[in-house]
Amino acid sequence: MTGPQIRIKLALPRDAFRLHVDIEIPGRGITGVFGESGSGKTSLLRCIAGLEPVRDGRIEIGGETWLDTEAGLNRPVHERPLAYVFQEPRLFPHLSVRRNLEYALKRAKPGNVSFEHVVDLLSLGKLLDRPATRLSGGEARRVAIGRALLRSPSLLLLDEPLASLDARMQKELLPYLDRLQAELTMPVIYVSHSIDEITQLADQLVVMSSGEVEANGPLQEVLLRTDINMLGGAEAGVMLNTTRDLFDDRYRLTRLSFSGGQLWVSADVSSECPRVRIRANDISLSRARPAETSILNIVPVIVEEITADGDASVLVELRAGGDHLLARITRRSLKELGIAVGDALFAQIKSVAVRNSAIPA
Amino acid sequence: MSDGWQALWLSAQLAAVTTLILLVISTPLAWWLANTRSALRSGVQAIVALPIVLPPTVIGFYLLVLLGPTTALGAWWVELTGSTLTFSFSGLVIASCIYSLPFAVQPLQNAFEPLGHSQVEAARTLGASKLDAFFSVVVPMSKAGFVNAAVLSFAHTIGEFGVVLMVGGNIPGETRLISIAIYDSVESLDYATAHRLSAVLLVLAFVTLVGMFLFNRRRA
Repeated sequence: MTGPQIRIKLALPRDAFRLHVDIEIPGRGITGVFGESGSGKTSLLRCIAGLEPVRDGRIEIGGETWLDTEAGLNRPVHERPLAYVFQEPRLFPHLSVRRNLEYALKRAKPGNVSFEHVVDLLSLGKLLDRPATRLSGGEARRVAIGRALLRSPSLLLLDEPLASLDARMQKELLPYLDRLQAELTMPVIYVSHSIDEITQLADQLVVMSSGEVEANGPLQEVLLRTDINMLGGAEAGVMLNTTRDLFDDRYRLTRLSFSGGQLWVSADVSSECPRVRIRANDISLSRARPAETSILNIVPVIVEEITADGDASVLVELRAGGDHLLARITRRSLKELGIAVGDALFAQIKSVAVRNSAIPA
Repeated sequence: MSDGWQALWLSAQLAAVTTLILLVISTPLAWWLANTRSALRSGVQAIVALPIVLPPTVIGFYLLVLLGPTTALGAWWVELTGSTLTFSFSGLVIASCIYSLPFAVQPLQNAFEPLGHSQVEAARTLGASKLDAFFSVVVPMSKAGFVNAAVLSFAHTIGEFGVVLMVGGNIPGETRLISIAIYDSVESLDYATAHRLSAVLLVLAFVTLVGMFLFNRRRA
């Protein structure tokens, strides 16, 4: 464990449910909070920020106590050194982009974030003199993130930064989020209802449902928790950290390697160390190394665990090198191939999702 | 005519002082009305709106009684200043503030209500205290509401008659306002003066309102 921890303990009655959270998360990196809409993700962020009255709770961020209802301590919102990027950009319409950014800078403690650096990081240079009302959805989002960073926060809260943007604008904004992930030193809590988004960015994963925390742990470990409804179904899958080997220009394929082997993906991947996501539905298993197959990615694996998954199928947890894969196969195949824990098999991977995030010049 | 100009100048002074005081009082009141969930809200809202529906003579009558030297407030004022509140410029200011209150509160409340909390919350998370957020975000975003509140309070105060007649009477240079000067001229069959003063008010009111509506349209 590095850096002081973040501890959040809250009990808050809401209209539809009771928010009940008691978690510890690392004091660095991105923690993804995943759950359906209405699961209490936004309420959680609002409580951390101090925007909701909490009668019973305790919040400690990096050794500082922001809330302790037992001791009668409750720091007002503006005295909590955090920044909050809301679902809507909430820019001040009466100010230009530059003045919106300066609004935060003026009120921030002198920190290590400089105006120029943030402008550069989020490519805001061309927008500075525009009124905040004349921005596209993606641009406004970038300005809102920049404004938050200029507060020099010791905790950054991001609430669905990609929601309510169309696909094109999401694609435009994603590379900036990747860049933030690489460059930010402060801890980030990132709320999203999209597991794809979270697997690309987060290091820690908190799963919420009806106001309760269902799981909390390192991303790759939690993704294997197929007992959690939210992580099962069609979205069940794993995340692998890979490194880029080479790009084959003839076939326009990129080769990535991970601890369990190599993967070919049909994209010109720009990142040196891309994360890839492989769904359980995209993996099939065979006893012998398949020959004469159109599938490029075949990885030797060891069966670690088999769990029931509905009436007709099972989820098979596989080890490939130091990484894990999840495969969904039918119960009939399981029986016919006689698959048991400890067996050495070959996993055929039909599709590998990798995000190619280059910031347009 | 110099008497007429004196009355017009007095009206303008009264309206200016009243408008300033009303902006200070109405801003927190309108903010409270726009945001509160208190059960008192409807009652307070009704009290604020009363001057719109009550005959000015009713307000004038109550104020005359309330401000008179025999009441606690009136006696205190006499002790403090040596003169009565009724039939004085100060009494007129109090009366005008009550009479024009809805014209300041309602435009402000209408401007505050659609703002909701989102911008203020954003400002708070960027390090602004509640007061800072109010002046740096709410006030500039409600500029039109403040302009409308000021214009309507001013114009409405200039147009007072019933209340000020009952509370202030007709003392030249002290309580003789333009509307009373016109009434006086008509009573003494001096139609020429009444015409001149009325025309001045008519034109001023028209120009002010056109200006305000142009301002509102340009912002819409």
